[in-house]
Amino acid sequence: MSRIASRFAALRKTGRKALIPYITAGDPAIAVTVPLLHAMVAAGADIVEIGVPFSDPMAEGPVIQRAMERALVNQVSLARVLAMVYEFRHTDTTTPVILMGYLNPVEVMGYTAFASAAAQAGVDGILLVDMPPEEAEALLIQTRGQQLDMIFLVAPTTTDQRIAHIVAASSGFIYYVSLKGVTGAGHLESGAVQQRVLRIKTQTSLPVGVGFGITDANAARAIAQVADAVVVGSALVKHIEAHQHDIPAMHKAVTKLLQEMRNAMDGLTQQPSVAGI
Amino acid sequence: MRCVVLTAVKPQLSQPYQLPDARGHFGPYGGRFVAETLMGPIEELTQAYTLSQTDPAFLAELDAELRHYVGRPSPLYYAKRWSERLGGAKIYLKREDLNHTGAHKVNNTVGQALLARRMGKKRVIAETGAGQHGVATATVAARYGMECVVYMGEEDIQRQAMNVFRMKLLGASVVPVSAGSKTLKDAMNEAMRDWVTHVDSTFYIIGTVAGPHPYPRMVRDFQAVIGREVREQMMQREGRLPDALIACVGGGSNAIGLFYPFIDNTAVAFYGVEAAGYGIATGQHAAALGAGRPGVLHGNRTYLMEDRDGQIIPTHSISAGLDYPGVGPEHAWLKDTSRAQYVAITDDEALSAFHDLTRTEGIMPALESSHALAYATQLAPTLRADQLIVVNLSGRGDKDIHTVAQREGITL
Repeated sequence: MSRIASRFAALRKTGRKALIPYITAGDPAIAVTVPLLHAMVAAGADIVEIGVPFSDPMAEGPVIQRAMERALVNQVSLARVLAMVYEFRHTDTTTPVILMGYLNPVEVMGYTAFASAAAQAGVDGILLVDMPPEEAEALLIQTRGQQLDMIFLVAPTTTDQRIAHIVAASSGFIYYVSLKGVTGAGHLESGAVQQRVLRIKTQTSLPVGVGFGITDANAARAIAQVADAVVVGSALVKHIEAHQHDIPAMHKAVTKLLQEMRNAMDGLTQQPSVAGI
Repeated sequence: MRCVVLTAVKPQLSQPYQLPDARGHFGPYGGRFVAETLMGPIEELTQAYTLSQTDPAFLAELDAELRHYVGRPSPLYYAKRWSERLGGAKIYLKREDLNHTGAHKVNNTVGQALLARRMGKKRVIAETGAGQHGVATATVAARYGMECVVYMGEEDIQRQAMNVFRMKLLGASVVPVSAGSKTLKDAMNEAMRDWVTHVDSTFYIIGTVAGPHPYPRMVRDFQAVIGREVREQMMQREGRLPDALIACVGGGSNAIGLFYPFIDNTAVAFYGVEAAGYGIATGQHAAALGAGRPGVLHGNRTYLMEDRDGQIIPTHSISAGLDYPGVGPEHAWLKDTSRAQYVAITDDEALSAFHDLTRTEGIMPALESSHALAYATQLAPTLRADQLIVVNLSGRGDKDIHTVAQREGITL
């Protein structure tokens, strides 16, 4: 069983939902990333998602665009991101790591070289925003050969027919994009998200995570009610940006937000017993 | 042991030519590389487009619009004085500069706007570099009563103030893009972000033969009117097909429009002319086919200008319309199969052709088209006097006079 699958299995046993924070690798500096990953795990993250900087991040809102621009000033390449994961694995061998990015850096490295380097570095899952399953056949052969999970997106515009196709190519979990828009956008409706998540679950036994637009503990609680995982990105990266010149303050802010989300999500799963008193 | 052997044999075009395939591939190029949110909508667009192509009412309306609004057919003009000066082949110019709005771009925006209307979309968006596609989109949005938003890099807005004002006069909103390099590629990113956010109401009018399938095919088909007319006009004038076609290539829509109707006539040579900027060796150019390598950007796999880590790098050309780090995927395949030859022309060579044609024929070409003309000055003398070249004069040069003056140190 992959690290991602066993993490979800363990969470299910304790009735908890996964909290998955996202940060962009090398933002605001290369040395910041690995300690920040450890801090996020300490604050309650179950899985960490690391953004691979790309010059043309078409699905990102302004917050993550700026994070990627800062990382690119530091010349953070895909190879450099893999080195960070390797370093993270020195002291954390259990927390699953997902790389989230765009296809072109992977194309340049080559599918075979990438899959093998990612597995060696200790990566568990790959999410490439601009690669739908239709175009992923050749890469899937390589990632499966290295026991890497390929995580694909399902969107509000995805038809049932496409969902079937997507879940067939997926492993690890399904990432439901909660809104029509870019990362960090507003207007999250948990009711509509719930309907869609249930719809996806009729077609797969894989866990379903939800991301895009989850900004605070309340939203995390609402989404944890209907999904198996909550992904938080832009809201965290905003704190990283605000405190880019004060690393202790950055750790404090990131830790605070994640702990609030963690407590909100866990409080929720204990609610039945509380309600029973 | 698994071992993939890549043979050194050049891939060949099958005949008759029937690309792209159902998934939008031209060999390994093209395809659909977009976020999942857009996959449903582009499938819907593909179906709507495919149906429109067999709908006599749609085709008749498109034809009437091209005739009465755009002013087609555009003339095929024999540049006699210029041909004689160069010595060699007879050079014909396809006068896309005489279209409404002054370039070939409008052939495509009329087609896509009619399709948008047919799909019930009331809002159109576009990216633009120099502003020509933005103006052509704003024009048809005004014509069909649609809301229009044009994304344009901050750098380009400063360089092309006149076109920005023109778009505003036509009722469009022009949104400055401050991300990345603040140019065309970033405008395209931002247009994609708008589309993903307003996907129900909005039709994205892409200006070139790039983007996810069906755009490369759809834009080609709308621009192919250029080559179809050339075929007919050349048969009338000379009683035979031309020997060589020359067109500039940024994204490559005017070139594909000219080439495509001749693709199975292998005796007709195709020359695509990219921007060599300050020279390929300087790295300051926009020759994705000549000096780039395959990768994935803006929804398709194609040749790109990128660094060793796969980050897209800034490009340079004196002509804003060629200043793009990618190229349409069909050109990538025509290059690999050697059906077309791709060459590059520097800023200085293009400027020299600009002056040359203006003085010799009284036709002021766009700087984009001047790249194609500059290559004609190299090719024509190598051909016999009875051989025929067609250069696509894709746009007029009025928009570029400030650039020319500035480059030559002249204050207007």
